[in-house]
Amino acid sequence: MNRIGQIALKEIRHILRDTRSLIIAILMPILMTFLYGYAINLDIKNIKLAIFDFDHTRASRQLAESFYNSGYFVRADAQPSLSSPETVFKQGKAHAILTILPGFEEALQSAKPFEIGLLVDGADANLAAATTSYSRIILHRLLEETLPHENMPFVNLSQLVLYNPDLKSSHFFVLGIIAVILMLISALLTSLTIAREKETGTMEQLLTTPVRPYEIIIGKVIPYIALAALDGFLVWGFGIFHFGIPMNGSIALLSAFGVIYVIAALSIGILVSTLVKTQQVAMLTTFVTTMMPSVLLSGFAFEIRNMPKFLQIITYAVPARYFVSTIRSIMLKGSGIGVLWHQALGLGVISLVLLTLAIKKFEIKVT
Amino acid sequence: MRAIEVIGLTKSYGEIKAVKDFSLSVESGEIVALAGPDGAGKTTLYRSICGLIDFDCGEVRIMGHDLQSEFESIKQVMGYMPETFSLYPDLSVEENLNFFAGIFGVKREELEERKRYLYEFSGLAPFAKRRAQHLSGGMKQKLALCCNLVHQPRVLLLDEPTRGVDPLSRRQFWEILKQLCKGGTAILVATPYMDELRHARRTILMSGGRKLAEGTAEELIASYKGTVFILPWLPPAQTIDKLAKLPNLNFQRIGGALRIRAPQGTSLDDLSGQLLEAGLEPTDLKQVSPDLEDVFVDLISQEPGVSANA
Repeated sequence: MNRIGQIALKEIRHILRDTRSLIIAILMPILMTFLYGYAINLDIKNIKLAIFDFDHTRASRQLAESFYNSGYFVRADAQPSLSSPETVFKQGKAHAILTILPGFEEALQSAKPFEIGLLVDGADANLAAATTSYSRIILHRLLEETLPHENMPFVNLSQLVLYNPDLKSSHFFVLGIIAVILMLISALLTSLTIAREKETGTMEQLLTTPVRPYEIIIGKVIPYIALAALDGFLVWGFGIFHFGIPMNGSIALLSAFGVIYVIAALSIGILVSTLVKTQQVAMLTTFVTTMMPSVLLSGFAFEIRNMPKFLQIITYAVPARYFVSTIRSIMLKGSGIGVLWHQALGLGVISLVLLTLAIKKFEIKVT
Repeated sequence: MRAIEVIGLTKSYGEIKAVKDFSLSVESGEIVALAGPDGAGKTTLYRSICGLIDFDCGEVRIMGHDLQSEFESIKQVMGYMPETFSLYPDLSVEENLNFFAGIFGVKREELEERKRYLYEFSGLAPFAKRRAQHLSGGMKQKLALCCNLVHQPRVLLLDEPTRGVDPLSRRQFWEILKQLCKGGTAILVATPYMDELRHARRTILMSGGRKLAEGTAEELIASYKGTVFILPWLPPAQTIDKLAKLPNLNFQRIGGALRIRAPQGTSLDDLSGQLLEAGLEPTDLKQVSPDLEDVFVDLISQEPGVSANA
């Protein structure tokens, strides 16, 4: 136990004395949070909207006016031409096209179901997300104002987003960052610290002392768990207090998932460090094995269900996949273990496998 | 007692046999030097004895403990200094010492006394707060040695601890080793410097993974079968190149002189004649008594594939 303490103490000194890395370890998560959070949270206004009114009634004109008077939309320079909507989007003349087919007023009067078409340019995901939600609110408000409540017809906004069907919100991104940061700090820094001892030859010295390999691992990992937890809470706090992300679920459950997730990340770090000899290779290898999957294959940046089948299967081996979806459900939907048990199982199995491999592979011999 | 005992150790990396059927023993209170050219297999031998690498066959016993079955007990009585500086550069002298004391399980109350002793005897006291990376080469090696002495080992394995260290520090380092040896520590020390071999009780010459010779300096020199001459000035480089083609002779530039190793029984006149034939007037050529380096150059030059002019 004393030996683990000695290793941990030494590791803390390394961390505190390497000021540059420490600043990166603390500032990077904050910076990433702001970048992702703000890129999405900016107020979206002046959306260029083309309204193709084929109804030509008072009601349809009123609907168009309420869109343009909302403050979010401006008139697009596009005629209800015969050209395809894609041409309109590609030329950048409009961000969205609202199509009112004949029969709108009649439907309102006779309280019949009716569909209004909304076509959105999804190239800018944030703009597209804002457009659909604003449109729905505007339509809903107009109907409420103009019609007696009992006569509320079923007017459906049939929306179609071109180019980028899955829309993101800042909540999703900020929470996803927690998963990426935890993975990065835990795996990258752990693999670096072990690789550094190999590179400088201190591992050779350590292995001839009575210290056991598992003591080296545990002692080294403790300070990084603390650093990862600090970063996790930092981003989490920013998400809640700065971006107003709700915390609807249990903190204890979230922390439990966090711990299992960090174990998986640390194990990857240790595994990588057993395979490489230099810090540079450790950094590259960890980046490829943790950062890239955590960003690309976890549902953080791209929706898993839109991936090709074989990629979807690969995502089951990515620890971040489980943590990204879990943290979103716990915080946004307040999900409990009853809903999340299969995620817990998946993450638990992966962590266990990785940890076992890491301990087995971490050898006492110098190669 | 036999503090270090190696019997028939063999280690190969793929096709290459780094250490071949190597045996050695070091008694408590004895310094044994291991000498040999780079690539002789010294580091592989050290790593095998320390349990850092698995060897193919052979046996290693440290203080009577078998390396394979009693590795943990061995760690407590052994200190190993790797070839490269292996301490933490961002930790201070004292922090490095404390760290190694901690993992060797030195008791807190013993530690202060131990540190005072080590500081005094290494001269590191004024640098206690200095980070290891800011120490001079000699100081670094002394610190590395001290870190391996905190637990008072009975056996010290030092892999070229004086390489690249200035002559004064090297002499101080050896004084420290001699003191330790008086206290009963067994020391196996590798060195690239021939002049250091006189400090050791015995010397083992290693080349190509094998033991070429072993003995005290006197024994080794006595075994030398050859005659050594010295030409106290340097002929032009082209002339030396021409001389190098002469059979059975070995030429080595040492400072401003040329050392010539000739077969046993070669007289001054024989050699002078040979040199004159090759176009060199051997003014002031004289015979000298052989030293350890002559012995090693001779032994290594008999090894296949090894250049004698190392």
